[in-house]
Amino acid sequence: MATRVTVDPVTRIEGHLRVDVEVDGGKVTKAWASGQMWRGIETILTGRDPRDAWIFAQRICGVCTTVHAITSVRAVENALQLEIPKNAQYIRNMIMTAHAIHDHVVHFYHLSALDWVDVVSALEADPHKTAALAESLSDWPQNSYATMKQAQDRLRAFVGSGQLGIFANGYWGHPAMKLSPEVNLLAATHYLQALEVQRYANQIVSILGGKNPHIQNLAVGGVANPINLDSQSTLTLERLMQVKDMIDKLGVFIKSAYLTDVSAIGAFYADWTTIGAGITSYLSVPDIPLDETGQNFAMPGGYIADGDLANYKPIKTFGDEFFREGVKEAAKHSWYANDAVLHPFDGETVPKYTDFQDDGKYSWIKSPTFYGKPAQVGPLANVLCGVAAGHEATKRYLGQVINNVNALAGIELPLSGLHSTIGRHAARAIRAAVLHEELERQWHLLMENIGRGDTATYVRPEFPKGEVRGFGFHEAPRGVLSHWVVIDNGVIKNYQAVVPTTWNAAPRNQDDAIGPYEASLMDNPVADPERPLEVLRTVHSFDPCLACAVHVFDTDQQQVVRVKAL
Amino acid sequence: MSNQWLEREKWFDASEVEVRTGINRRDFLKFCTGVAATLGLSGNAGLAIAEAVTNKQRPPVIWLSGQECTGCTESLLRSYHPTVEQLVLELISLEYSETLSAAAGHQVEENRRRAMEQYKGQYVLVVEGSIPTKDGGIYCKVADKTFLHHVEETAAGAAAVIAIGSCASWGGIPSSGPNPTGAVGVPQVVTDRPLVTVPGCPPNPYNFLATVLHLLTFGKLPALDEKLRPKFAYSRLIHENCERRAHFDAGRFALEFGDAGHRQGWCLYKLGCKGPETYANCPQILFGDVGSGSWPVGTGHPCFGCTEQGVGFTKAIHALAHVKNVEPPAHFPRIEEEQGRGVSAGTAAFAGALGGLAVGAGAMAVRDMRKEEATAQKSDKAEG
Repeated sequence: MATRVTVDPVTRIEGHLRVDVEVDGGKVTKAWASGQMWRGIETILTGRDPRDAWIFAQRICGVCTTVHAITSVRAVENALQLEIPKNAQYIRNMIMTAHAIHDHVVHFYHLSALDWVDVVSALEADPHKTAALAESLSDWPQNSYATMKQAQDRLRAFVGSGQLGIFANGYWGHPAMKLSPEVNLLAATHYLQALEVQRYANQIVSILGGKNPHIQNLAVGGVANPINLDSQSTLTLERLMQVKDMIDKLGVFIKSAYLTDVSAIGAFYADWTTIGAGITSYLSVPDIPLDETGQNFAMPGGYIADGDLANYKPIKTFGDEFFREGVKEAAKHSWYANDAVLHPFDGETVPKYTDFQDDGKYSWIKSPTFYGKPAQVGPLANVLCGVAAGHEATKRYLGQVINNVNALAGIELPLSGLHSTIGRHAARAIRAAVLHEELERQWHLLMENIGRGDTATYVRPEFPKGEVRGFGFHEAPRGVLSHWVVIDNGVIKNYQAVVPTTWNAAPRNQDDAIGPYEASLMDNPVADPERPLEVLRTVHSFDPCLACAVHVFDTDQQQVVRVKAL
Repeated sequence: MSNQWLEREKWFDASEVEVRTGINRRDFLKFCTGVAATLGLSGNAGLAIAEAVTNKQRPPVIWLSGQECTGCTESLLRSYHPTVEQLVLELISLEYSETLSAAAGHQVEENRRRAMEQYKGQYVLVVEGSIPTKDGGIYCKVADKTFLHHVEETAAGAAAVIAIGSCASWGGIPSSGPNPTGAVGVPQVVTDRPLVTVPGCPPNPYNFLATVLHLLTFGKLPALDEKLRPKFAYSRLIHENCERRAHFDAGRFALEFGDAGHRQGWCLYKLGCKGPETYANCPQILFGDVGSGSWPVGTGHPCFGCTEQGVGFTKAIHALAHVKNVEPPAHFPRIEEEQGRGVSAGTAAFAGALGGLAVGAGAMAVRDMRKEEATAQKSDKAEG
């Protein structure tokens, strides 16, 4: 007899997610992922100035802040075939990479680590042993006995207060928690240190973006940061030096702590490299444009069907036809009226709420497909595509993580171990390290370009009469993001965002095929249906972002209802 | 909104644990021992916990998220004084947060319920995100109940409510035309509790933190304006404190991103800057603790009025702002008279002429501020 388990709300994510599973014989046999919130931001965008779209679109998500803003200006620029000054690309690239690093660090340490780390057990650790273990793993300079002791004291004072706050009712002592008290203390200490480190990444974004979350330095046609080394009111050398300082500080943590910690979790939970694969068709897009038109990128992207890296098909440029023609969305199981499978340019969406129906409609999230099939997106897709494309830095850091795991666990982890719950965490750390190298490079490219006397940051967009269409894509922290815009006489006619969490948290599609979250939950062990920690592990490994996932665009026919204020 | 209700309750500085937690001593010790057992600690730890709780209880906070993007929560990750870890570990007891709570599903809902009962009338409710009201509120559900239901239910037992961000303050982006889900802010749903709004998209984290710390330190809300915003953050127009204001007064404007004026740091009014009609302290408090110029206008982009209902997400970025205080005043303030030495006819005439010429905008600002401060004094009196 199967037991139905509903996790609502799923916490330590962005937004409102409900996950239902049926557990039979200690394993998941059925799964549903449901988005529980809808705002209609794209409806709101209809009829507005395309130069304003990014300000609105960015508010789709404050965790994935920056990413919708950047993708939105790319979409409008693609519609106008604009050439963006190199400086603007470099500044955007630095914002993207710094933001993504912050996002990955916070996801691993602050949102998902508590699935694997028992903070209460850390109180029993011997801080001497923790320090010795930590120092044997890496050269991160904040692994001393004094540091571990201090963190443990802080934790003890907190627990001793009797007010457990965010830690109340967690999964402490759960049979699936396997780390020793010493390893738990090590992880808890790095949890606190990572809070400091993620601020460095945010400071880079604040300097360049003027505000963070929700940067405000973009423009269709470039960036709003004027470059003038002889003025006191612009992006000056002092500002750029502060950015460099933060880049350097970030790098030490990523390379000495994050990569090591992920390897350690992977090694201690090596059984989770065989759990949670789900959909193994992967989609990723190239990013970090190095020229004015998006022909050359620092990081590759493409499509891998059914986990076969040999069949990798690259996506090459902004406006790529293979990508443009492949993306469709279905709403058969989503709370929208029209069930048809439609291309983002032609879609239509009118809300039709039915409550949760197991075999009918059960989510505000639509179901995107790539050439008719669901696809997994995110850092794992990005790393696998990087390997398939022969991207040097990706291969180097992947090799490092696999070597670490093998050495710690005494196993020979095959590459297929990446198709797993742990694999998604490992890929995120690998990507963070690659992004950090790229962040540093973009800083140098910007400095060199300014040194050559190029201070251009903006070209003026001109909107033609009649209709133009465009789309922009971005390899965001959670994977492939694309915005699709139809502009008519300089005004937005249609706007659609196909978002990473829409790909991953999709409900069943037009063929009733389950989405990546749902597929990855199948066969997950569940020791205690009352405390479904294992379900959270797999769902969290995707880094869910629900505000992003739920969106809609408007058609001209949709009735506009203004609700009178209460 | 009166602050007296809060002061009367004195929930934060009461010394007796019974008063604060609303449970008797015996039940309280049982609770502490229970907590100790949950943590796998010895019986003595139960007493230690009881002592710690008695000595120093962190004020309980329930944080609800509705139609939001989590940007407001994220903004707290960027703060330095205090940091988010100090806030959560040492200053408050965050009983419920969809973003941060370790527990999920019915476990986390149980936390909320327990906190609502245990700290009835004593907890602070923070609301992030707008509240959809159309079609019975089905556009946002948590644990199978509408967000509207959660806000009403949780606010009922709250000592005070803080609406963080423009969405919770006045509806924000989800409420902008055509408002497909009937999104509203907290003031339209909660009308019988002490309420502060901290608008911004997201607001500067320090405006939120200072509001919270004011409440915790002084046991009452800071002074609020008519939109329930703390005066320490929202009583002046951005235009009044902008570092580019001198360029506005002198008529030096950037006309396009990257042009000569823009590259000299001139005023962004003609690029659509909404500083002249937006109340916020952005130019003073800045973002990210990274030094000068770290706010949108400082970076070179016009303010779009994210704190201000009717401006942010309503007016186009490049549409010209309504300049609230550029009209020259009839009389320049009587500077010398205020020093107690009277004023000569010559000085008055000179000041008047000056007021009618170049510094008109500045003079008007002075007049506005005087008016505000008079109002502030009046309301202080009423509260005292």
